[in-house]
Amino acid sequence: MQKLQGIAVSPGVVIGEAFVMDTEGFRIPRRFVAREAVDEELERLERAFVAAAEEIVGHRDAVARELGQQYGAIFEAHLQMLRDPKLRSEIEQAIRDRCYSPEYAVSRTLRRYAKVFQALESGPMAERVADIFDIEKRLLRRLVGRRREGIAHLTSPVVILAHNLTPSETVNLDRKFVRGFVTEMGGAGSHTAIVAEALEIPAVVGTGPFLSEVSGGERVIIDGDQGLVILQPDDETLDFYCRMVERHRSNALQLESLRQFPAETVDGVRIQLHGNIEFPHDVQHCLERGADGIGLYRTEFLYLGAATEPDEEAQYQAYSGVLLAMGDRPVVIRTLDLGADKLTAAQADAERNPFLGLRSIRLSLRNLPMFRTQLRAIVRASVLGNAQIMFPLISTILELRQAKMVLADVIEDLEEHGLPFRRDIKVGMMVEVPSAVVLVDRFIAEVDFLSIGSNDLIQYTLAVDRSNKDVSGLYAASDPAVLRLIDMTMKAGKQTGKPINLCGQMSGNPTYTMLLLGLGFRQLSVTPSAIPEIKRICRRLTIPQCEAVASRALTLENARDIKSYLKEELKRILPETAE
Amino acid sequence: MSETKATRTVVVTNPQGLHARPADLFVKLATRFASRVEIVKDRERVDGKSILALLTLAAAEGTKLSIEAEGPDAAEALDALAALVEHDFAENENSQL
Repeated sequence: MQKLQGIAVSPGVVIGEAFVMDTEGFRIPRRFVAREAVDEELERLERAFVAAAEEIVGHRDAVARELGQQYGAIFEAHLQMLRDPKLRSEIEQAIRDRCYSPEYAVSRTLRRYAKVFQALESGPMAERVADIFDIEKRLLRRLVGRRREGIAHLTSPVVILAHNLTPSETVNLDRKFVRGFVTEMGGAGSHTAIVAEALEIPAVVGTGPFLSEVSGGERVIIDGDQGLVILQPDDETLDFYCRMVERHRSNALQLESLRQFPAETVDGVRIQLHGNIEFPHDVQHCLERGADGIGLYRTEFLYLGAATEPDEEAQYQAYSGVLLAMGDRPVVIRTLDLGADKLTAAQADAERNPFLGLRSIRLSLRNLPMFRTQLRAIVRASVLGNAQIMFPLISTILELRQAKMVLADVIEDLEEHGLPFRRDIKVGMMVEVPSAVVLVDRFIAEVDFLSIGSNDLIQYTLAVDRSNKDVSGLYAASDPAVLRLIDMTMKAGKQTGKPINLCGQMSGNPTYTMLLLGLGFRQLSVTPSAIPEIKRICRRLTIPQCEAVASRALTLENARDIKSYLKEELKRILPETAE
Repeated sequence: MSETKATRTVVVTNPQGLHARPADLFVKLATRFASRVEIVKDRERVDGKSILALLTLAAAEGTKLSIEAEGPDAAEALDALAALVEHDFAENENSQL
């Protein structure tokens, strides 16, 4: 048994089989073979070694021919490793003595070497790790052969263990079988976190290196509440978690019973609970929980999942699906918010300071054809339901006006071509940059609604990269500066009567519900899985109670005090969640 | 032919240490001899015909290694291997390729 501590980014507990997503997504199909099959398996191993050696010789000769002898030398070393008698006898012994499958024996034995090399401090030796993985890959390709299973073609439930997941990997995975994520890299708010939340599966990120010890196929527990990952749990631990999974299930059932009731406070104030979604089919998650609308439809995944930029028709289809499913309930479509952390390698031009760089609305305003295509698709789809447009990361009035101008242009164009659209389509902006709060009175005058993106607002206000493990401790939704900015925004909303929503992770966290209602929010947009829980809280409190909590919270001095105060208050109205 | 055992201490002088390419050359040469070849660094002792084992020594420039050979051609093996290390693994390169 091995325990790893990471950052909890998506709640829940899962017990599953490990699927290691490196070495090109190879999956070890089985760990053991029957004793009588050992000889046959050893022959299979022999064939894999011969084939891998031939492959390397081929590469060596090709490279030597093209670039010169000395460049072929690295393959010479690989060949030598492959022919290493010690390696071979260790692998064979594992198959013979322990009945390991050749795949598992190869992976385990080589990973043991990788671990030794990883531990060596001298520079060039660390590169040997890459060599080892290269050899592992070659052998596995032969052994697993055509049965190589990619993440997109799973056949049984697994938990994904990876160094890091690229957006295209997460988008293309087969969600029917993925039950949880663990990544060595990343922090709260990384895209793995967002995807896991959208898929409603537990996830832990930022565990640090551990993959060299895992071959795949092992039993793994992911505790997405505590940020714990347990590899090959002992019976006692397994039993403990089995009971926890059961408890989670019964709590979900209890919440399920709230479905037909509205999110209404004890004193009769109706709170609009909206869902945040990534993919068109996430709409089902929202409908199942009785969401009052979609408060944030992130459109990045349209761009990230595909090899090329999505055309107008593809976007129109995606938006239409969501709008039709939601009927006359509002659907706030946010224009492309490609952030530095979500860019694909091709687009990432190595900015020195990506979070302060060319991202989001700035990127859209620089790529007008792309931006216009997206706006056209949204405006065209608007006739099918209650679509609203939202611009992300607005930091100056000029940017907002430019974005609105492009929109006006697109509308005019549609009009000229006689295409139908909704004339009264509402336009709003995200409040994520402190400058937007400072000048909120001016911004609000030019839009129909505001939506506070708490994740980025916290990051920019406190100057903390939330995916940087060394400083992520400073990232706190309960920081008094953050609360004051939210309060300032809210006051502008009250003065103008324009709706203000909050759509960051903060809104789905029960700890902040009383505070937010007390500050004046009547609309919250949360990850769909959080809707029942937030609804349950709303149905236990009164607005004056919340207002008292908010005023008190605003007087407290630091994030920790505020958070523990809010937790205390929550415990009072919801004693059963206290554990 | 007599079974003999011979030992010699050499110092790794090439700047990159005993990395993949030198280790490859060493193993290639060692395998040509019938004798068993072992390398000792401090308290670690590894098989001189296993490249992975050699690499785990992480012998950097300046590391003292003792080469031990035991078998019918131990003396020749030792001469050849010591020469390889002492000449920064360059000697053998031409005859190799």
